[in-house]
Amino acid sequence: MSGSGYGDRGNKDRSITRPGGGTMRVGTASGVHPLPRDDTAPFLIGERMTGGYGKGADILHDCTIGVDPGEIAVIVGPNGAGKSTAMKAVFGMLDLRGGAVRLEGEDITALSPQDRVARGMAFVPQTSNIFTSMTVEENLEMGAFLRRDDIRGTMAQVYDLFPILKDKRRQAAGELSGGQRQQVAVGRALMTQPRVLMLDEPTAGVSPIVMDELFDRIIEVARTGISILMVEQNARQALEIADKGYVLVQGSNAFTGTGADLLADDDVRRSFLGG
Amino acid sequence: MDLLNAFVALMNFVVIPASAYGAQLALGALGVTLIYAILRFSNFAHGDTMAFGTMVTILVTWALQGAGLSLGPVPTALLAMPVGIFGAAALVLLTDRAVYRFYRRQKAAPVILVIVSTGLMFIYNGVVRFIIGVDDQSFDDGARFVLSAREFREATGLQEALTLRTSQAITLITAVIVVALLFWFLNRTRTGKSMRAFADNEDLALLSGISPERVVAITWIIVAALATVAGTLYGLDKSFKPFTYFQLLLPIFASAIVGGLGSPVGAIVGGFVIAFSEVTVTYAFKKVLVYLLPDGWGPDGLVQLLGTDYKFAVSFAILVIVLLFRPTGLFRGKSG
Repeated sequence: MSGSGYGDRGNKDRSITRPGGGTMRVGTASGVHPLPRDDTAPFLIGERMTGGYGKGADILHDCTIGVDPGEIAVIVGPNGAGKSTAMKAVFGMLDLRGGAVRLEGEDITALSPQDRVARGMAFVPQTSNIFTSMTVEENLEMGAFLRRDDIRGTMAQVYDLFPILKDKRRQAAGELSGGQRQQVAVGRALMTQPRVLMLDEPTAGVSPIVMDELFDRIIEVARTGISILMVEQNARQALEIADKGYVLVQGSNAFTGTGADLLADDDVRRSFLGG
Repeated sequence: MDLLNAFVALMNFVVIPASAYGAQLALGALGVTLIYAILRFSNFAHGDTMAFGTMVTILVTWALQGAGLSLGPVPTALLAMPVGIFGAAALVLLTDRAVYRFYRRQKAAPVILVIVSTGLMFIYNGVVRFIIGVDDQSFDDGARFVLSAREFREATGLQEALTLRTSQAITLITAVIVVALLFWFLNRTRTGKSMRAFADNEDLALLSGISPERVVAITWIIVAALATVAGTLYGLDKSFKPFTYFQLLLPIFASAIVGGLGSPVGAIVGGFVIAFSEVTVTYAFKKVLVYLLPDGWGPDGLVQLLGTDYKFAVSFAILVIVLLFRPTGLFRGKSG
């Protein structure tokens, strides 16, 4: 926003204006050319993505991330490696200057994030990922906003997956604990009946026990045939459940392989998993 | 008997007028608070939006009266109000299209929108004065009283009389219906919930497929309806004068801020807090005290804390006190 001439500099009067408006930006796909349909590629793939935010420097360099139905793909790497950025790029929140994103072989590089939601992609941001002032049930209803059919079946599935949410369904989501909030966030995303679920550090700020629990739930979701693409700080645990692992360093693919391969790889262990 | 007389006098001069005024302020403050919650700025043009909606209502009322149509004891203005709402909605939607949308696209800071709304306030102000003039307009018709002073005295034999004007009764009934409808809409319908979701977390609302432009348009329509209803009720109760509506901005904002900006319940409570304070502080309590105190103890003065000319000072003082001690308002609004 800086430099646009419409900034908020010096304004601290909250009785006149309310902070915290939308920050989500829609990426552009400048200089990206549609690729021919390719049916052999993974279900969802961000291929050789190059780009950054706005007119800023490139953060991603020829970065490729992909996931197949029912698989869990995990993006790990050191701080500032561009893990979240890579995922945002796949979701259309980045200005791509090279590469393409394809879903089922179809080029969706130019689609806005909302259009991607309609195509069956769901995104759980790292922070502010629930409607705090609304009840748990309303959060789930809002997740299903685009759907016009009966949502009760999906809601029952979410409650089966996260039984605690059923007990708390009339409570404001903002009153829940950190782990429960993450369950609401994942539940909200599942309400769209997505084919791909993208999670940005779902275990950030929750206790180790809750983290194991969340990972178990994520595996359960993947078993229903939904692809999971996930950024994780807890690299070791995440790779243990991953079918595919992407280790990013400075916006490029450093290592790629199955979770088990990466865990067994000496280089990866030494550099990222602490020996 | 004296106790009863004192009670009736208090009801007649403080409680009933303040309730009606409070309901009008509450409806106005609801509009302000909705804009703040969803568009994230304080809409200074709200008073003049009220004036515009009321003006359309008045013009249609006159046309209806000219055509000989009336609702019997109920003011004809109620029949004209839907047209007024339509007019105000058209005005704000057009404004949003032409002005606010541009700044939304620029992702302009809310403070810019505040200044923009101030500009629009002057424009609306001018348009209303240009069309209907700057003078007092009367458009009240139908029965003047639900309960007149003489009827009450004859029925009870009391010295003091309790009167209930038609406009006051209609204000209270309409306010209850409108508020109930609004809360039902916000809490029970899909669209209402999507508005709350958008107010809560804009980014996540987008990720859930909620269209911001649709939410904004619906918000403006609701706000136009609230403003027109509030303005028309105020006009029926007092009178219509463009400048008065411009001045109403202060008590309305005071109500919204006292209750907690962004909180609908707060706006309603705030409206009544401001109205009761204003009326209580400017009421001459001599009469009530004469009834209550033993003979000869009655005060010589009027026992009026502030002259009615200073009534705006009351809203302002309450506003300052609340901002000092509880900046987010009584109901923890979204400011702060």
